[in-house]
Amino acid sequence: MTRDLNTAEDCVQDAYAKALTAWSTQGIPGKPGAWLTTVARRRAFDLADRSDVARRALPLLVTDHVAAGPEWAEGEEIEDDRLRLIFTCCHPALAPEAQVALALRLLCGLGTPEVARAFLVSESTMAARITRAKKKIAAARIPYRVPPLAELPDRTESVLAVVHLLFTTGHAAPAGADLVRRDLVERALDLARMLRSLLPGDPEVASLLALILLTDARRRTRVSDEGHLLLLADQDRSQWDRSEIEEGLHLVAQAIRKGRPRRFALMAAITAVHADSPSWDATDWEELVGLYDLLLDAWPSPVVALNRAVAVGFAAGPAAGLAALGPLESEPQLTTYGYLASARADLLRRLGRIPEALVSYEEALAFTENDVERSFLAQRIADLKSPGAS
Amino acid sequence: MAQYLMLIYEDEARWAQATPETAEQVMKQHDEFVAAHKLILRGGHALQPASTATSLRQQQSGGFAVTDGAFVETKEAVGGYYVVEAADLDEAMAAAKDIPAPFGGVEIRPVRESS
Repeated sequence: MTRDLNTAEDCVQDAYAKALTAWSTQGIPGKPGAWLTTVARRRAFDLADRSDVARRALPLLVTDHVAAGPEWAEGEEIEDDRLRLIFTCCHPALAPEAQVALALRLLCGLGTPEVARAFLVSESTMAARITRAKKKIAAARIPYRVPPLAELPDRTESVLAVVHLLFTTGHAAPAGADLVRRDLVERALDLARMLRSLLPGDPEVASLLALILLTDARRRTRVSDEGHLLLLADQDRSQWDRSEIEEGLHLVAQAIRKGRPRRFALMAAITAVHADSPSWDATDWEELVGLYDLLLDAWPSPVVALNRAVAVGFAAGPAAGLAALGPLESEPQLTTYGYLASARADLLRRLGRIPEALVSYEEALAFTENDVERSFLAQRIADLKSPGAS
Repeated sequence: MAQYLMLIYEDEARWAQATPETAEQVMKQHDEFVAAHKLILRGGHALQPASTATSLRQQQSGGFAVTDGAFVETKEAVGGYYVVEAADLDEAMAAAKDIPAPFGGVEIRPVRESS
């Protein structure tokens, strides 16, 4: 019996899609056998081109095809250009601070004065930095393109760092009247989604998107109606964006199943613990400390150590938190970091050591530029100074 | 197409302590580099040590100050160079990664185009 060629192809397509779906939930079998011969792969790529369903089921299949570039559908040409731009802005031959400055300027369309403000440098300094970077790109001929497949993994790391920095700068603005720079957050989210569609199999890319979604889900509850900072403990969780949380949790679950979790996978997992917790009191602080331990191992940053100390303060009490904070007091990178002082202040306050807490809050104030955060700290100081403070 | 100068910097003290096997291996890697990139190579030489260099600096008062040694005293000195022709920096970088420099590294400097 002769079968129609199209029918035969449809059957095969269906079989592949089913296999891919099964693999994504159960993991690739130890010996996939004939399925993963080069021929089979090639066919799956061809099918993925035509079938959106197969494309979405692709997470485990190698990024070979996706990164080919020219096969993007017409509607995605604009996306393609922004991808070229971000990989160019984040080229390793450029200094890290130049990478971020260029991304803000060229990808997010911020004016030079705005970029300068985001970095707390003078406008002339920032203008010189951007000019120098552009000259470097021209003189050294840094190519304007998405890197070829073989180079993508290395190049992606720096892109993720830049997008993450864009997000954190928008999420908690270092200076200015507003806590949040919504435009930066949206650009960062946009870029994270683009990277996700370019590299659907990359767990760090998925994790960054998850991290942004899970953190951004809290956007409506971080500042009260009166414009005051609301801590995680005081936020109305019913106002968190449930669809962003669900999407984020799904992405984290996928990412941490893929080999040893790296920096963004662990950061996303930490944020997921909070997002998934029905209340502040129900927060699993032990799990958080465990995740911070892993993160510190993968990404030994003093800021991570600081955040870990805060978690320890909740898991094992403020005295333990203060002990964990101890070694960080001599960290050169944290000497003017306002959050170190405010973390210390909070722990001291909870221990009833009010005069010391006040000193730390004043120190935090000295190192904090954002108006909303300053106002919060000033209120803490006022509360502690009022009679009957405990 | 643009030209790039690849300056090979090496810690001479560490080189002096290298075993003959290491030296042989590095020579072999240079041969492999030249073979692999012969289509884009436009030149290159190994240099005599920095101690054999002579530096000149023109004086304000006229004449030259002549000093023994490299122009800039650094831990790592220029030990050799290649010139390659490449379409862009990525291509140049890919080639540069094949240059052996176990006791230092490689600087990639774009050559100014004369027009």
